Amino acid sequence: ASQLFKNGVVNQNVIGCFCSHYLIIIQFNRSVAAELTQQVRLLCWVLTGPQFLESRAKHVHATWGKHCNKVLYMSSEESDFPTVKLNVTEGRDQLYWKTIRAFQFIYEHHLDDADWFLKADDDTFVVPENLRRLLSQLNTEDPLYLGRRFRPFIAQGYMSGGAGYVLSKEALRRFVKGHDDGSCTHFSDVEDMALGRCMETMKVTAVDTRDERRRQTFHAFPPDKYLLKQLTKSQPSHLLYEFYERVQGPGCCSDLTISFHYIRPVEMYMLEYFTYHLRPYGYKYRFNPEPRPNVINKGFLIKKVLSSSKIM
Amino acid sequence: MLSEGSSFLKGMVLGGIFCLVLSLLGTFRAGIPSQIEHLHHHLKPHSKEELQKLSQTQMSELTEQVRVYCIIMVTPKILVHWAAANDTWSKHCDKSVFYSSESAKALEAVDLQEQDEWVRLRKAIKHAFKNAGGLRWFFVARPTTFAIIENLKYLVLVKEPSEPFYIGHVQKSGELEYVEYESGIVLSYEAMRRLVEVFKDEGKCPERSKALWKLSEEKQLATCLKYSGVFAENGEDAQGRELFNKKSVGSLISDSMAQNPSDVVEICCSDMAITFTGMSPSQMQVMMFGVYRLRPYGHNFHDSLTFLPPKGSDND
Repeated sequence: ASQLFKNGVVNQNVIGCFCSHYLIIIQFNRSVAAELTQQVRLLCWVLTGPQFLESRAKHVHATWGKHCNKVLYMSSEESDFPTVKLNVTEGRDQLYWKTIRAFQFIYEHHLDDADWFLKADDDTFVVPENLRRLLSQLNTEDPLYLGRRFRPFIAQGYMSGGAGYVLSKEALRRFVKGHDDGSCTHFSDVEDMALGRCMETMKVTAVDTRDERRRQTFHAFPPDKYLLKQLTKSQPSHLLYEFYERVQGPGCCSDLTISFHYIRPVEMYMLEYFTYHLRPYGYKYRFNPEPRPNVINKGFLIKKVLSSSKIM
Repeated sequence: MLSEGSSFLKGMVLGGIFCLVLSLLGTFRAGIPSQIEHLHHHLKPHSKEELQKLSQTQMSELTEQVRVYCIIMVTPKILVHWAAANDTWSKHCDKSVFYSSESAKALEAVDLQEQDEWVRLRKAIKHAFKNAGGLRWFFVARPTTFAIIENLKYLVLVKEPSEPFYIGHVQKSGELEYVEYESGIVLSYEAMRRLVEVFKDEGKCPERSKALWKLSEEKQLATCLKYSGVFAENGEDAQGRELFNKKSVGSLISDSMAQNPSDVVEICCSDMAITFTGMSPSQMQVMMFGVYRLRPYGHNFHDSLTFLPPKGSDND
């Protein structure tokens, strides 16, 4: 309702009608991406440290960080950057402690600021719009856990840390509860596998994040590792952990890819350029998925209007 | 005897110094930055708003008219790049023909049986013009260049191919403005027709130059075109960003990170860029994904024209 009047002038993107006792406001001419940003709130937290702020975190912030509804940089120290100071020390063996403390921090301070919670490394590249599309068909009150699914150690699989993984609100609650009541412990410093164990213990479901053509959306390596057709017969090592059937070549990766990992700063800006800027004029893409029906439905719009009392 | 000898020597020394100074001055002049002498034309695409005013019929006609014949100059020495171009960007040309210095068993090409680069270029141009069919735009490149043909079409969309156009990244050498070969050369049908005509004139446009210092093919091409009244135009977008690049994406970004750290991508690189150069075959495969597939869901572009993906291709 507040959008009906923008700067004192009627917003041309909105028309209203009094139809059978309800004021129904229909929004058009707004891009689907803008709609999704409002409706699927994503909090991104980036695992980083004081020694990587200049060399890595800065470039995350200059590229995909700003496409999240909220972005937090988790470190062991406070800085101007800005970072969140967690009660941890630096080091590869501290990564799972950092993860636990980060999720606890978010649970305590930001639970209501978002619907979904993404963890990424400072060398992960993420396309939040494509993540929102995936999430828009799911319910955040369900215990769900999404990412690039790996197979060993955990029966339902676990999500690669570097490719980034997402917890629903309920999954986050269960993760924090698990560490509170001792169901989950710091039994290993392998962050992604240990978190996967906790998810399994707390009965959080691992989701298949492949697109409609069974192409992967989260990637644990840079694009060239998957896109090039391998000439050797032996299976490349990075595909040995895969939960789903391994695909090498153009079928590896969804058009609506969500993440890549081991991305150095130059490649961060390159991926930003390819994703958001460079495009072939007039090109009819081969993959044109239908918009997910749950995103904009009458019920949601009507609810939105009734709950705002500015007009009625 | 001695005094004559010393005068002769003095003369020789003076003459030598004079020659040295002249040649130094010559190189110094070529180094003058282009801001001082800025004569070449800047060619930009029509704005998207203007394009939306065109009718459906006009749009169909333009789709026909804007088809591109790609002339790709290869040698067996660069076989991997040849194969890469064949499997990537050249599939988006309406017709792509590879012209080779000699035949190679692995890949199909028109064998020009010629080692000289300028003669090869002339032969390729003549062949392409003769076999153009209904195609009215021509793009000359080496396979080390990566081209986004749809954006080439967007650049020339409302330009008349029956008028002479010679477009690319323009450089200046002395008085001559020429399009750099490395970042690709665009020629309209009329420019091609005039070229084929002036090729017959051994005086203005010799096939094998008798000069002591041979000009590069790009400069010889520019000279021949200049004699036919065709002048080089620099391809740019509405913000003045280059559309034809003789660097790779990575290289441009790297430079931009150093020069414009707070706005890396916006300043250096056009949304509608046409060419990049110096990329490896692997980088070209990744480019295909980056250009033709990877995108964020939900952003709407209301382009006036539609270009369909090529048949039988799996990487775009």
